[in-house]
Amino acid sequence: MTALLAIEGLTKAYPGVVANDDVSFAIQTGEVHALLGENGAGKSTLVKMIYGLVKPDRGVMRLRGAPYAPAEPRAARAAGVAMVFQHFSLFEALNVAENIALGMENPPKPRDLAERIRKVSETYGLPLDPFRLVGDLSAGERQRVEIIRCLLQDPKLLIMDEPTSVLTPQEVEILFHTLRKLAAEGTAILYISHKLEEIRTLCDTATILRLGKKVATCTPRDVTAAHMAELMVGKSLSVPARDAHEPGAVLLKVEGLSVSAASPFGTSLRDVTLEVRAGEVLGIGGVAGNGQDELLSVLSGETPVAAGSVTLKGVALGALGPEARRGLGLLCAPEERLGHAAAPDMSLTENALLTGRGRKGLEARGFVDWSRTRGFAEAIIARFDVRTPGPGVAARALSGGNLQKFVIGREILQDPVVLVVNQPTWGVDASAAAAIRQALLDLAQGGAAVIVISQDLDELLEISDLFCALNEGRLSVPRPARGLGMEEIGLMLGGAHDMHEVAR
Amino acid sequence: MIRLEKRPQPSRFWVVGAPVLAVLLTMIAGGIMFAALGKNPVEAIRIIFWDPLFSERFAGFSRPQLLVKAGPLILIAIGLSLGFRAGIWNIGAEGQYIVGALFGAAFGLAFWPSEHPLIFPGMIAAGLLGGFLWAMIPALLRVYARTNEILVSLLLVYVAEALLASAATGWLRNPEGSGFPGSRNLARNPGTDNPELIAGTGMHWGVLAAFVAVIAAYVIFSRHILGYQIRLAGEAPRAARFAGVNAGRLVILCLGASGALAGAAGLFEVAGPAGRISIDFNVGYGFTAIIVAFLGRLNPIGILLAGLLMALTFIGGELAQLMLGIPAAAIQAFQGMLLFFLLALDVLANYRFRWKREVAA
Amino acid sequence: MIIDPVTLIVALITVATPVLLAAIGELVVEKSGVLNLGVEGMMIMGAVCGFIVAHETGSVAMAFVAGMGGAMALALVFAVLTQVLMANQVASGLALTLFGLGLAALLGSGYSGLPVPVASRPFPEALQAIPVAGPILFSHSVLVYVAIALVGAVWFVLARTRAGLVIRAVGENHDAAHALGYKVVRIRFATILFGGACAGLGGAFLSVVRVQNWFDGMTAGAGWIALALVVFASWKAGRVLLGAWLFGGIAALQLRLQAAEVGVPVALLDASPYLVTIIVLVIISSDRRRAALNAPAALGRAFHAAS
Repeated sequence: MTALLAIEGLTKAYPGVVANDDVSFAIQTGEVHALLGENGAGKSTLVKMIYGLVKPDRGVMRLRGAPYAPAEPRAARAAGVAMVFQHFSLFEALNVAENIALGMENPPKPRDLAERIRKVSETYGLPLDPFRLVGDLSAGERQRVEIIRCLLQDPKLLIMDEPTSVLTPQEVEILFHTLRKLAAEGTAILYISHKLEEIRTLCDTATILRLGKKVATCTPRDVTAAHMAELMVGKSLSVPARDAHEPGAVLLKVEGLSVSAASPFGTSLRDVTLEVRAGEVLGIGGVAGNGQDELLSVLSGETPVAAGSVTLKGVALGALGPEARRGLGLLCAPEERLGHAAAPDMSLTENALLTGRGRKGLEARGFVDWSRTRGFAEAIIARFDVRTPGPGVAARALSGGNLQKFVIGREILQDPVVLVVNQPTWGVDASAAAAIRQALLDLAQGGAAVIVISQDLDELLEISDLFCALNEGRLSVPRPARGLGMEEIGLMLGGAHDMHEVAR
Repeated sequence: MIRLEKRPQPSRFWVVGAPVLAVLLTMIAGGIMFAALGKNPVEAIRIIFWDPLFSERFAGFSRPQLLVKAGPLILIAIGLSLGFRAGIWNIGAEGQYIVGALFGAAFGLAFWPSEHPLIFPGMIAAGLLGGFLWAMIPALLRVYARTNEILVSLLLVYVAEALLASAATGWLRNPEGSGFPGSRNLARNPGTDNPELIAGTGMHWGVLAAFVAVIAAYVIFSRHILGYQIRLAGEAPRAARFAGVNAGRLVILCLGASGALAGAAGLFEVAGPAGRISIDFNVGYGFTAIIVAFLGRLNPIGILLAGLLMALTFIGGELAQLMLGIPAAAIQAFQGMLLFFLLALDVLANYRFRWKREVAA
Repeated sequence: MIIDPVTLIVALITVATPVLLAAIGELVVEKSGVLNLGVEGMMIMGAVCGFIVAHETGSVAMAFVAGMGGAMALALVFAVLTQVLMANQVASGLALTLFGLGLAALLGSGYSGLPVPVASRPFPEALQAIPVAGPILFSHSVLVYVAIALVGAVWFVLARTRAGLVIRAVGENHDAAHALGYKVVRIRFATILFGGACAGLGGAFLSVVRVQNWFDGMTAGAGWIALALVVFASWKAGRVLLGAWLFGGIAALQLRLQAAEVGVPVALLDASPYLVTIIVLVIISSDRRRAALNAPAALGRAFHAAS
């Protein structure tokens, strides 16, 4: 039997890196095939080649035995290959039907299209109103838009890039159900992920990439997650460790905080209350777009609020700006590294000044002490093992993991009383992620309070003492993280968003 | 196929090399334009770039003109560069220049014909204030009503021109001018005069102010936290907010400073080289300064050099008009061309060109 | 004080037409995510090219074609700078205006005051003679009707057709559009050239039909007003028409007030179209949510395909 898609010796090099090196594997009709690897292993480059966004330097692909070399995504779609992206492919100001039409070669008339959208969404249990603006949808609903866009074209091969990173556990269940149904109807699915348990539940075969090379193809149900992890990472990783301890005094307190959204598609915070104690790690879970960015900017001081709604050691600082809060010891590290936590075109030295200015005494009477600033940058680089030629390098030249270590390190080296981090390990390779988590735990061990906002539930359960969830701008009551089950967490995250239509 | 590839780091070589190459390419393209006008291109380029400084016949007159013309350009461009670096686009410097001149001249004329030594400093202060206030209109509207400062500052140029016309023909008109438009000649009165400080150099108080502004801007950008905040706001606005930079304050500061400097430039001009308020005493320095700011890569030292170069094209252009009959408009087009080439070559600093052959699959 | 409302409305429509044409073109450009501040430069190029050709050939139609061509040449430079060479859009647009003003002055030197043919009016004398409705509806030259039809066409294309959907998508999120396989750069080239053609047509109308003369700087900020109108219209085609007529009304009225020598300072009347534009901009911009919703999200941002 010929494979649906056979990949032979695909190679793609970028200046300085070989993204894919002689990769070969095959996907069968009706198979759910996992593509597994760390960040930077070359998964996205590989699927971009299959989808026609990138041309391989060497190697061939065959679709049902015939040569397959899509010059552009349109050609790939015409050949029956569809893709659900992790991000970057929806238009917030357009409605669902318009978004879907943009992904089709010959879309039917708007009214017919809306009818077909309704039909497909019912068939696969993915309710969706064709005339709603995408900007108003939750992350899970947006993903449905992408999936339906693909399904309307009867794909033979459906590529899904990290689809569960934006879903609650309940929504993951629904997605898996849909995918199994599709596979049973003969659609092959290429499922990209780094979450091992998911792959073991869903996939028939797994191809594992490491540093651009294929290291193994296996049947996930027959091997352990630990085995796959080792293949993926190439070494066994140490799990972050900390000693048991008693929490100290309350350091940061947020009470009855409500903030309305600043942008048309932003999330309003509703009556958020939280407190963290010395030595404690508070994990805040939630699906993207439920108020994480807004919460961080309220804590960092970018969005000023009523003075009394945020207090640090009893001092009301809600009305203070970022620099004043840093002076008092409340430090933050936002999610977006390039452009928010750091300025892409500025050197690491200049980026060290960005938050270290007052607390590190890098400025006197308005004048910058550049040699001290460089010293601070060098200290961060040395302490947190940031791989870079030196502090004069522009931030954008660093890999995601290295820049994240720099950003987190910059805050930790300022001895925060309270540190708030948003998505500390997003897009970071496994060893850097482990180092960052350990650093956060060490910080708490030293008596600081740490708030970790993240979508990665495994990460939160690993390092948090207390866990709570953000859902549509509301924060749930914190619960001890130890012993919390996925089912409970899923409900805290809001269960399956907007599934009432199904329930009806 | 040629592809562009983003450099991990901006190229240091091209940051300096691009403006130089842009000037060379403009000379070539300008030469072609002059040839199309039926003039000898080599001669035209020589007259524009060489003769004003080195020809025995003209240098005596035109060398001092270099500083006279470069002074206001540099002064305005330095102010503009503050905002441009922060992503705040004041393109109405021409209007601020006019209003500054009107304020300054009005102050001087109010005490006419007194020769009190405080009158001229008062005029400078009034010029600064006039430009500042005019720039506050777009600044406050941007901060408090989120109105686009590009459009407001530019539209206000036309309003300022209407104001100038009414001043020249009405409320500032020379009462002894037998009804002709235009104010009294400020340069003829020792109390209001902005004199040439060193004979034969063209150096007046405005040129001195321009040099001081260059040095101040250099210090601000290289050592002061304000320069850092300005750059941060321009390159990564969200990061700037995260760092604690108050965006609104920065808008007011940058627009205010550039408006004040443009206003001062207007006053120095009207009290010195121009002599008096007339309906068209402004010759577009406010717009040319935009080219100067970009050509100098928004860097104070670069602006100093770019201002001198642009002044040279003005003087050389007048000379070419005289000697070859090249229309004044050709020089304006020439300057615009320079900006085009500069913008086009900017790509070299941040991107690399790469030859790329498609591999047959 | 005698101001005849009928002639005022007729004048208003004529005065508004150049700005309307330029603004409707710029609206399409901005919808595709590009901010071209060179409208003033393109308009004046259109004005001078149109005027020269009208005088030399005696054909108004040829003049319009030439006006479009001249402005499109400038627009092409802008497209290459911003789309291929990734130059800053604000700076490139300013460069376009400065260069256009200079080049137009150069090309037009010597043409000032020369005669040009009169543009034909499509409707018969009998219709034009109808009281009130005749002059208002039927007395204009062809391009006035073309401009109004163009507003309708742009609305239809943007709101109802696939091409319009693609343009809006590119302006909303160029990375997503690229990921779906749309040629972002090619689409933006097309809209920039369309914007150039419209601005050129507006300029040619100004010099050939409305003023029937050429002089330096004759656009007098019309290009900037067109840019302001796009913001005023919240990127909606129909509202551009409204804005253009509002502007035209003020401009036509202030000329009449000056002629009537009412007790308002001339400077204030001269400045009134610009002042009103600023005031209207302020009112529109203050409504934060509406302004943010309709503005194309990728407006002014450079696009570089990462791979």
